[in-house]
Parts: sequence; structure tokens; C-alpha cells
Amino acid sequence: MERRTIFPGWGLPVLLVMPQLALTAVFFLWPAGQAIWSSMTRADPFGIRTTFVGLENFADLFSDPLYLDSAGRTVVFCAAVSAISLLLALALATAADREIRGRALYRFMLIWPYAVAPAISAVLWILLLHPQIGLVGHWLNRIGIVWDYKLNGTQAMLMVILASAWKQISYNFIFLLAGLQSIPKSIVEAARLDGAKGFFRFRTIILPLLMPTVFFLVIVNLVYAAFETFPTVLALTQGGPGKATETLVVKVYRDGVINLDVGSSSAQSVVLMAAVIVLTAVQFRFLGKRGGE
Amino acid sequence: MATLVIENLRKSFGPVAVLHGVDLALASGEMLVIVGASGCGKSTLLRLVAGLDAPTSGRIVLDGRDVARLDPSARDIAMVFQNYALYPHMSVFDNMAYGLRIRGLAKPDIERRVHEAADILGLRPLLTRKPRQLSGGQRQRVAMGRAIVREPKLFLFDEPLSNLDATLRVQMRAEIRRLQRRMGVTSLYVTHDQVEAMTLGDRLLVLHQGVPVQLATPMEVFGRPANTYVAGFIGAPAMNFLPATLASQGTAARFADGTIQRFADGRRAGADGHKLTIGIRPEHVEFEPGGQNFQVDLVEPLGSETVLIGRLASGQLISVKVAGAGPRDETLMVSFPASAFHVFDGTTGLRIDPVVN
Ligand SMILES: Nc1ncnc2c1ncn2[C@@H]1O[C@H](COP(=O)(O)OP(=O)(O)O)[C@@H](O)[C@H]1O
Ligand SMILES: [Mg+2]
Repeated sequence: MERRTIFPGWGLPVLLVMPQLALTAVFFLWPAGQAIWSSMTRADPFGIRTTFVGLENFADLFSDPLYLDSAGRTVVFCAAVSAISLLLALALATAADREIRGRALYRFMLIWPYAVAPAISAVLWILLLHPQIGLVGHWLNRIGIVWDYKLNGTQAMLMVILASAWKQISYNFIFLLAGLQSIPKSIVEAARLDGAKGFFRFRTIILPLLMPTVFFLVIVNLVYAAFETFPTVLALTQGGPGKATETLVVKVYRDGVINLDVGSSSAQSVVLMAAVIVLTAVQFRFLGKRGGE
Repeated sequence: MATLVIENLRKSFGPVAVLHGVDLALASGEMLVIVGASGCGKSTLLRLVAGLDAPTSGRIVLDGRDVARLDPSARDIAMVFQNYALYPHMSVFDNMAYGLRIRGLAKPDIERRVHEAADILGLRPLLTRKPRQLSGGQRQRVAMGRAIVREPKLFLFDEPLSNLDATLRVQMRAEIRRLQRRMGVTSLYVTHDQVEAMTLGDRLLVLHQGVPVQLATPMEVFGRPANTYVAGFIGAPAMNFLPATLASQGTAARFADGTIQRFADGRRAGADGHKLTIGIRPEHVEFEPGGQNFQVDLVEPLGSETVLIGRLASGQLISVKVAGAGPRDETLMVSFPASAFHVFDGTTGLRIDPVVN
């Protein structure tokens, strides 16, 4: 059943929608428009004059090996963060879906990390993984594994992946748990009576029914990993050592804010914006179609 | 085909006792219907037998083997759920084949069995559909099909018809009975619907708040209800109950208005003055000049019969069922023939049969 309220005239509807439209305009449309404009300009070395250069910044970008490296790194980073945090969250949600003692506390503890600010979570990870003062880092070096994320790029990458994945587990957990709980118990029970056990039952019954949630989360996680991990990476490694952990957002920041190459930086953010729009469109189409079935 | 014996089966959820010791024995191929009001523990009983919940105590012996502690998958039992519980992401064929694949049957065997079941249930043209593309009745059939392809030792039905509309329910009721007879699979059928209870089973178990009250053939449950609960639950409209006391050395009942009626079937044990409840079915109430005044409040015409609901002079509410359209009068004279009395203890509600000399 559809419930619809019909407002007479235009005045009230416009008034009610205004705050949202104003926010969107100020915090999205305006800066996005500026980014698009400045992505097509180039400043002289002293920043005094800017000239319109059309799509030249984009052409430069896609022929720049450093940019392509960063893009490849970002793909690996996003895939790893999404995969790790989704798999762990799925395992935890499956456990929380059971009838266990202290379930409420267990769930509460799992939702907690979501409320921790990125900078604080970064400090936690440093206290764990620092080669000299970190609990785990120090122990690794003691047992003979050379661990120093400030010198070893792979280790640094591993650390930012872990820290970023950890922060997203709570979010995934909440959605996956809700997804699991919306699967009718009797369907799982029918499968039990049919003789399906353990992982087989999970793979053939539960996972297929959870797929819409998983798909939604994959998109959300990719977007998260691509954009919202910026403070985590900045606090942990600042994109280093070298450029080992410099993902595309970090590069946008470094090129634009530190190196003041506004034209290229804007072009990069326009590319990223396009990527998000594509991902979101895919998600809407897929989920929209499923909902309409 | 298998026998099922349940001994002193109990179940509590924490401090709440839901089943208080159920005993049952089903012959091979028998269909037993369990009937009771909503919340009396019917589903709980089925879930214990299926292995979906663990009993607090008691034994469930299927074909000579105690299965009470076994995993459901090891029991070889199929269940038809109230909401069908079809796998929404699988085709009708796959829904039925799922359990067979797990049992490791060869592909041609699976196909043969599924097609056989589909033919019996008229599902052949629907095999490639998904559950959401089926009507309620068709889903019900698929749920049945999923149970019968397995050729299990025992069928469990948990109110399988309660989500269907009335016409379909009547049709599926007959079909379930035919199918069960034909396959000869021992079955437990749970319902709160008394028409299903009367028509489907070889025997009927009436469950009241987790306590089995009567286990007998449907006609016996109807004809000789074990207590006032069963008497009021089976039969529509419900049996009328009149307060009375034992009189004339146990050979008669004295009603509230002072009238005394002799029992038609013999003397009851007990002292005169002992409290009784006399039950009489609405269809047994007779119209008789010189009987008690009956003030009609409500007339429910059902076509072939009519139910009159009203009050006696004492203010007691009773219902009367008559064939055809029934009288139009607002006040009638009714009497209660002693031959139709069901005599119950006024305090415990238990049936009191005549003393055999
Ligand atoms: N998992 C459970 N936890 C606690 N109480 C339950 C549970 N399952 C059923 N009950 C209680 O047991 C009683 C019987 O339930 P059920 O067997 O579903 O009744 P029925 O199927 O006869 O309507 C109800 O009072 C219900 O609240
Ligand atoms: Mg029930």
C-alpha cells in the first residue's frame, strides 16, 4: 500500500525541502563545480594567473606513471580492505546470530569500534604495531621477524589495510546480522531436516539469501576504502614510506594541499567523483531491480 | 514406514514448562492428528520430534531407535511448515531435489523421483518456477512435494493448510489424506482446526496447555469427550454446559431451576448433591411445548442448518442447532433430552460414566 500526502500548492513543499537542498548545494554542488572548473585550469608557478587548458590535466594524469601506480595501489587496497572486513564481519555476525549467552554484550562490543575516531584508532594500531614500543611489533622483532612499517612498504600497506578493515567491521557486522536475522528461521530448519549441515547449509541456503546485503556492502566498503580511509592512512603512514601507501585520495591531498598543483589535484578528484557516481549507479540499479521483483 | 513411540516427553523453555509429559504410540502408516488451541504446545511437540529443539526429558523412538538426541539430519523425518519454508532462491525442481542431492542420489534417480512427485501433485508445468512465482496453493504443493520425494520414515505437518483460503483448504485436506494413505507414511498432523482434526486422522490427540487430554478416534472424542475442555473444543457450535447436582441416589441430575431428570444410561457413583456439569450439544436440544423458556438473541443461518443463540430463564446462554431455516419466533420452549447428556464432574470437569453393575 502506498501512502502519499498531497500538499496543496508549492510553498510548503519547497520550504520543507529547502534545508536539504541548501546543504547539498553548499557542501556538494558548489565544491564539485569548483573542482570541475579548476580541473580544466592550470596555475603558473607562482600561482598568480590561471589559464584554461581544457582536458589537458586529465590527459597528463592518465599518462603519468605515478598516478597509474597510485590507482593500481588503490585497487589492491580497496579490494583487500573490503574483503577482509566483510569476511571477518560475516564470521562474527554468523556467530552472533546463534543463541548464545551474553549475546547482547557481544553485539555491543562489536559495534563499538564504529564510534572510535580514525585518529584514535590509528594511535591504537601504532601502539600495537610500532616496531619498538608496539605490543605486536616489538614481539615480532623479538622472535626474529624483521618488522618495521616505517621502512618496509609492504608492511606499511598491510598495516593500513588492517586498520582500515578493522574500523569497517562494525558497520558490516550490523548489516550482516540484520540480513541474517531477516532470513526466516523455518527455511534454515527445512534445510536442517533435508540433511544440510554446517558450511554446506551456509553456502547453499544462507549465503544466497544474504547476497543482496553482501552486494550492498561491497559497494559501501569500496567507497569507504577509497575515500573514508584518508584520515587513517594519514595518521598512520602519511602515504609512506616513499609512496607505498599513497592511495588516490592521499595523492589528491598531497598534490593539491602540499604541492599546490591545484589543476591536477582537481582533475584527480573529478575522476574519483566519477568513480563514486558509477559505483552508486550500479548499486541503485542492482538493488532497485531486486526490490521490484 | 515406521512406528513412532513417544514416552513422557517434556519440554520447558527456562522456567516455563510447555509440554507436561506426552505419551503416544503410532502404528506404521498411521496418521495421528494433534489438535489444541493456539499456544498449547503443538508446534513445540512437532519440533521436538523433528529434532529442531531438544526435549527436556523423555524418549522419542522412531522405528525402534531412540532419536531424541540425534541431529535432525540423522532422523529421516520430513516436515511441512505452516509458512511452507520453501527455499526462495531455488526453482521448484531444486527445492524438491535439495534433500536428495544431500543424500547423494544419482542424477537420474533424483530426476525420476522429483518428476514422480511432481506428477502426483500436478507440479510438472511449474518445475522451473521460483516460489515467488507460485500461488499459495501451489507453494503448499511444493512443500508437500519436498516432503514426499524424500520418502521419509515420518511426515510432520504443522498447520499446513492454515494459510490457504477456504475452498483450497477443503481441496488440499482431501488431497493430503489421499496422499498419506497412498504412500502409507506414518504421520503427525498438527492443527487447531476441528474440521481437519475430525476428518484427517485415524486417531486424534487433544492437547490442552501442554497436557494430552484425550487420545482416541475422532468419533469417540466427539461422542465421549473425556472432559469439559474436549467437549467444548470439539464440535461447532460448542457444547452447552448446564450446572446441576447429583440426585435420586445418583440416577438423576437436579438442575438449577429445580427440575430433576433421570439419566438415560444409568446411575452415577457419588453422593447426592455432588456438583455436576451436564453437557448437551446444540443439535440435541429439542423444541417442546411445556419446556423451558428460551429467549432468542441471535440467529445464524448457515444454509442447511441454523444456529440460534439465546438465554434460558435462568439467564444462562445456550445455543441450539436446527436443520433448515429454523423457527422465526423470539421465544421458544426447549428441553434437554437425557439421552443426549454428557455428564461431567462439576469441579474437575472429568467425564463421569455410568456405573456398570
Ligand atoms: N523458543 C521458545 N521460547 C520460549 N517459549 C516458547 C518458545 N517456543 C514456544 N514457546 C511457548 O510455548 C508455548 C507453546 O507454543 P507452540 O508450541 O508454538 O504452540 P502452538 O503451536 O500449539 O500454537 C507458547 O506459550 C509459546 O509462547
Ligand atoms: Mg504452532
